[in-house]
Amino acid sequence: MSMVNIKIEGYPYQVEEGLTILEAAKRCGYEIPSLCAFNNGECSNGSCRVCLVEATGARGLVASCVYPVSEGMEITISSPRAVEARRTSVELLLSNHSMNCQQCAKNGKCELLHVSKITGARENKYIGEKTPSTIDELTPSIMRDTSKCILCGRCIARCANAHGKGILGFENRGFSTIVAPAENRSFQNSPCILCGQCVSVCPTGALMEKSEISLLDQAKKDGKYIVVQTAPAVRAALGEEFGMKIGTPVTGKMVAALKRLGFDKVYDTNFGADLTIMEEANELVNRIKNGGVLPMITSCSPGWINYAEYNYGDQLDHLSSCKSPHEMFGAIVKSYYAEKNGLDPENIFVVSIMPCTAKKFEKERDQLVTNGVKDVDCVLTTRELGDLIKRSGINFKALPDEEFDQDLLGDYTGAAVIFGVTGGVMEAALRTAYFVLTGKEHDLIKFEDVRGLEGLREASLEINGQTINVAIANGMKNAKVLMDEVRAGTSKYTFIEIMGCPGGCIAGGGQPYVKPCFLPDEDIDILDTFREKRAAALYSEDDRMAVRQSHNNVQIQQLYKDYLGEPNSHKAHELLHTTYKAREGFN
Amino acid sequence: MASLSENAVAKISEICDRYADETTPLMMILSDIQNEYGYIPLEVQELVSEKTGISVAEIYGVVTFYSFFSLKPKGKYVIGCCLGTACYVKGAGQVFDKFSEVLGISGGQTTEDGLFTLDALRCIGACGIAPAVSINGKVYPKVGVNDIPGIVESYRNA
Repeated sequence: MSMVNIKIEGYPYQVEEGLTILEAAKRCGYEIPSLCAFNNGECSNGSCRVCLVEATGARGLVASCVYPVSEGMEITISSPRAVEARRTSVELLLSNHSMNCQQCAKNGKCELLHVSKITGARENKYIGEKTPSTIDELTPSIMRDTSKCILCGRCIARCANAHGKGILGFENRGFSTIVAPAENRSFQNSPCILCGQCVSVCPTGALMEKSEISLLDQAKKDGKYIVVQTAPAVRAALGEEFGMKIGTPVTGKMVAALKRLGFDKVYDTNFGADLTIMEEANELVNRIKNGGVLPMITSCSPGWINYAEYNYGDQLDHLSSCKSPHEMFGAIVKSYYAEKNGLDPENIFVVSIMPCTAKKFEKERDQLVTNGVKDVDCVLTTRELGDLIKRSGINFKALPDEEFDQDLLGDYTGAAVIFGVTGGVMEAALRTAYFVLTGKEHDLIKFEDVRGLEGLREASLEINGQTINVAIANGMKNAKVLMDEVRAGTSKYTFIEIMGCPGGCIAGGGQPYVKPCFLPDEDIDILDTFREKRAAALYSEDDRMAVRQSHNNVQIQQLYKDYLGEPNSHKAHELLHTTYKAREGFN
Repeated sequence: MASLSENAVAKISEICDRYADETTPLMMILSDIQNEYGYIPLEVQELVSEKTGISVAEIYGVVTFYSFFSLKPKGKYVIGCCLGTACYVKGAGQVFDKFSEVLGISGGQTTEDGLFTLDALRCIGACGIAPAVSINGKVYPKVGVNDIPGIVESYRNA
């Protein structure tokens, strides 16, 4: 790699050729105030003009996020001209901003407010007309408020990078420009899968999850019996809300916090994940043995289900009929658990803590109502749980480690924990499917071949002398590759795992924001490595578990013995399986 | 896309195929569709998206960025009032307002009978004959407010 000599503020440095000024300065220990390029260049349109600096050889000030370094370049960040220009850029952004920071839920995590502070920009410097705004709060998952949008385009880039054909785009021209789905529609009336990746990159409060904390408050006032469950990926990231390093597993503290938040029972969605594996692995085996529709495709990710219903309505019989783990869990709480404990299902309120915004939508599906009651009543994201804990005066870091409640539904295996990372459901299902097909455990617990964070992976394994081809996709761009083969009838796979978000649930749209400007203690490449770090937290928990195959979960065995009978039994179908329906994207 | 006729689907597909080898075919496709049908509604954008792999959001963005493209059907006669600098200082603002008053529509709209659409244009390069008005390609020079009812009538009776 060839290097170039540059000077920043008069000091000489050698940096790689081809870097932008912003990247080069970062490697040399300077943090140029900026907005768009906070995000790994994912959205460097060079449009916000916040990162202006002086550079020799350039005409006027340059946007450091897009301007490359060159041999002999002398860069000045601190000159009055550059400082004033950056401040003016931010003040101009603020002039078309709704400026209700105190009411905004992004307060404290807002990059615009952060950059205003460091550039010294003050509101109301330029007062004038504002672009007419749109507030979309029709979906249960995501809210869009264009009055807070700074038109950086990060959401547009993330959506397209993850899912191929993105939902969001710039519309209209000049002062009327907004970022929106076509026709400035609601996400509700567009083929948006509600994954929340746009939310996770939005620098301001323009895109946010729709908070359901008030639903929980109401349930408490109504005296409901409140059961909370936490998805596997939450424990790998919740600590970040409290300044802990990315990749720190916080299972024990999370449980301790939930127990102090007044929930009647604190359980792990992992129990539901083990149950999902029992049903899904047996469904797979049945399909293989009885000539059913193959490949079978996992159905845990509601973002993926939305995508399938919008784009592959003719291929829905490939989807596993299994409900997602938290929905299974909810259905079991309101049936088996209610019966065992003499509780009225109508009076039970199930809260799911999820790394996901699409789960908020999922819980409202008509297909996820069992015997007249919703399986799950409330979905909070990992971020919302962080807010809930902070609001309740709990010092998270000082909490002791505590255990999930352990009656009837508390236990889980290592197989369930890894659901939170791409390839995890596949691996968990293979552990059990192997057992169901051969009557013995696989020699190695781990199926290393299906691990990794690449968007599209495949593996083969021998079971009873038969080769089973499997594939794993995350992000709909990659899912499309597999699904086009399925539609064409050329898919060579028996079993496919698909997750909506790149990296799986660990990087879901409801997880804590990874914003380098707020993470001074993380490595410079944290945007490239955070998925890996969170995944490692889950794999390490799997490694520590004594029981690592879902079928060896004693409480699960008991549940089948006492209540469900066999996997895929009539009762199991009633409670744990669901249906799908093709939907028109622009409706 | 249910509302598109078979003929329209075939025609638009054919237009997309014309530019299959282009690296950036969108502007050409949209121009041809605009010329063929006079407007590019969402259903058509969905079809173009399917044929080209470009997202509907991006296509919609391009259609709404360029004033040449229209989301709604235009009238039989498209009245373009130049509001460029030269025309403007020569009174094009009043000319535009008069058309608006006579037709009962504002800029970008189409009369209910489908006969007229009123568009505000930026400089059309006819500054020497300002204020200029272009109706379906025919240019009227030095238009005065009093000429307008007669111009509109001539098309109504055509």
